[in-house]
Amino acid sequence: MSATDKIDVSIEHKRATLDDGKAKKHPNTCPGCGSHYRDDELQEHLRVCPHCGHHFPVRGPERIRQLSDPSSFVEDEGSLRSGDPLEFFDLKPYTERLAEAEVATGLGDAMITGTARIELLPCRLAVMDFSFMGGSMGSVVGEKFARACDHAASDGLPLVSVSSSGGARMQEGILALMQLPKTICALEDLHEAGGVMISVIAHPTTGGLLASFASLGDVLVAEPGALMSFAGPRVVAQTTREKLPEDFGLAESNLRFGHIDRIVPRGELRPVLAQLLRLFGSKP
Amino acid sequence: MTSDAELGLRDRLAKLSGVKLLRGTQLSSELERLQRQLERLKDDTSDEEIWKRVELARHQERPYTLDYVERILDDFFELHGDRGRMDEHAIVAGIGKLEGRTVALLGHQKGRDLKERTRRNFGMAYPEGYRKAIRVMELAERHRFPLITLVDTPGAFPGIAAEQHGQGGAIARSQAVMVRLSVPTVSVVIGEGGSGGAIAIAVADRVLMQENAIYSVISPEGCAAILWRDASQAKKAASAFRLDAAHCLDLGVIEGIVPEPAGGAQTDPDAAATLLQESVVSHLHELDGVAPDDLRRTRRAKFRAMGVFA
Repeated sequence: MSATDKIDVSIEHKRATLDDGKAKKHPNTCPGCGSHYRDDELQEHLRVCPHCGHHFPVRGPERIRQLSDPSSFVEDEGSLRSGDPLEFFDLKPYTERLAEAEVATGLGDAMITGTARIELLPCRLAVMDFSFMGGSMGSVVGEKFARACDHAASDGLPLVSVSSSGGARMQEGILALMQLPKTICALEDLHEAGGVMISVIAHPTTGGLLASFASLGDVLVAEPGALMSFAGPRVVAQTTREKLPEDFGLAESNLRFGHIDRIVPRGELRPVLAQLLRLFGSKP
Repeated sequence: MTSDAELGLRDRLAKLSGVKLLRGTQLSSELERLQRQLERLKDDTSDEEIWKRVELARHQERPYTLDYVERILDDFFELHGDRGRMDEHAIVAGIGKLEGRTVALLGHQKGRDLKERTRRNFGMAYPEGYRKAIRVMELAERHRFPLITLVDTPGAFPGIAAEQHGQGGAIARSQAVMVRLSVPTVSVVIGEGGSGGAIAIAVADRVLMQENAIYSVISPEGCAAILWRDASQAKKAASAFRLDAAHCLDLGVIEGIVPEPAGGAQTDPDAAATLLQESVVSHLHELDGVAPDDLRRTRRAKFRAMGVFA
């Protein structure tokens, strides 16, 4: 376990005890069955509850370790950092939020890209990390994904994306919205070059992510219980004043309505991705 | 005035007079109007002034898509339905003649009275609306009609059925189709350019905003509720977002500003339509000579360049 994983957990924990009115559960306590795990236990089980199968969130670097062959991952574009085009200031400056997120997560932004091998098959990975400002997509996420498409096209490699994001990053205003068409332009170029994109939907994938590249993979698979909706459940409930179906916006509902191809439990994700890569013509 | 502001203003003047020059001999009062607009742009940077634009963009009497259609297109034939499930009324589409040639036009449609507002769902489309848009875009491509889109929505509708019918995917696919088109495309934000619901039909070669239109990633109220945890901070959020036309032009998100009659488009819809028509026609005229592949390539390059990072 890396030091940053520990930091993240402690912050969550601290917030939970400070906020005594509506105290949050410890992040390692299963919301499904209430079982509690040590961090290394969870990590060993790919952060899936061994008791009830609940899928806990996975940080970007850990996701990459779970999916790719040992030490096959080589990161690129890691030095990209966001600008502050609007000089945005809500309760604190955007630049301060960025710096805090970088310190807390050890990441430059909410997406990690690079090359890897999955069961010996070479590919490009674009993996999001929800703990960096809610996985929101601003200029850096858009640019990293676009470059991942370019690299995949020029190297003739398939691209696997793992989404986990609240949507567009509000602090970048209209330029954040422009990351939707930007990533789609890059993906169209990749598709026209004959490239393939497999989109993995992890909890949660909402808003701008679902309205851009995450929905446009050649194949879409989602983790069990992952929320994937354009509008979040709270917004929908407030707008419509209707009682939401129990599985509203979840992967299971999306499968039933025909928006994804398959629900893949985390333990099967690596072999399923390898199978898909082989079917699209990858060779070791 | 600081030198920075002056530079920005001169830049805008250059861009705006570019638009004007392309119109050639039309309207001798045009320069005066642009100058007046620039005067306003120069002054309008306070929270209050930006909020006035938000109110004008949402004004009940503001012309909507069909108001412009009847003023700028001849022989309009409305196209209904997504060919799958339903006809969605928050997005209208059709073909008609613009200065003698057939164009495809689609846009969000709001209603003016209570009944019509409900029928149009306040301009907030279900996925079926974006699927209707997609089929009309494909029709335009097949017959090499230029495509005009008019954007005026608070956002895509957040509802149970909308999610079940694939709102996110429909918005993504609508953009993907616009990215693939090889016919000239011009989008104009004529009121509210609200988030994903707006960008779904605004991935165009030329994106313009009317002088009092707004374009943003989330509504000022939504942003205030999330970031300030207080929806009454919407004014603050609106100016923090720089969602007005002049700022969007500075950020490189749009190519031009379409002037409105003094006091806003609602004061004189005929004049507003004439100004809109002139801008759209001049931009289409510019795009006419461009080879289809170059249109597509340039459009992609434009959107690929958006963002600020180091």
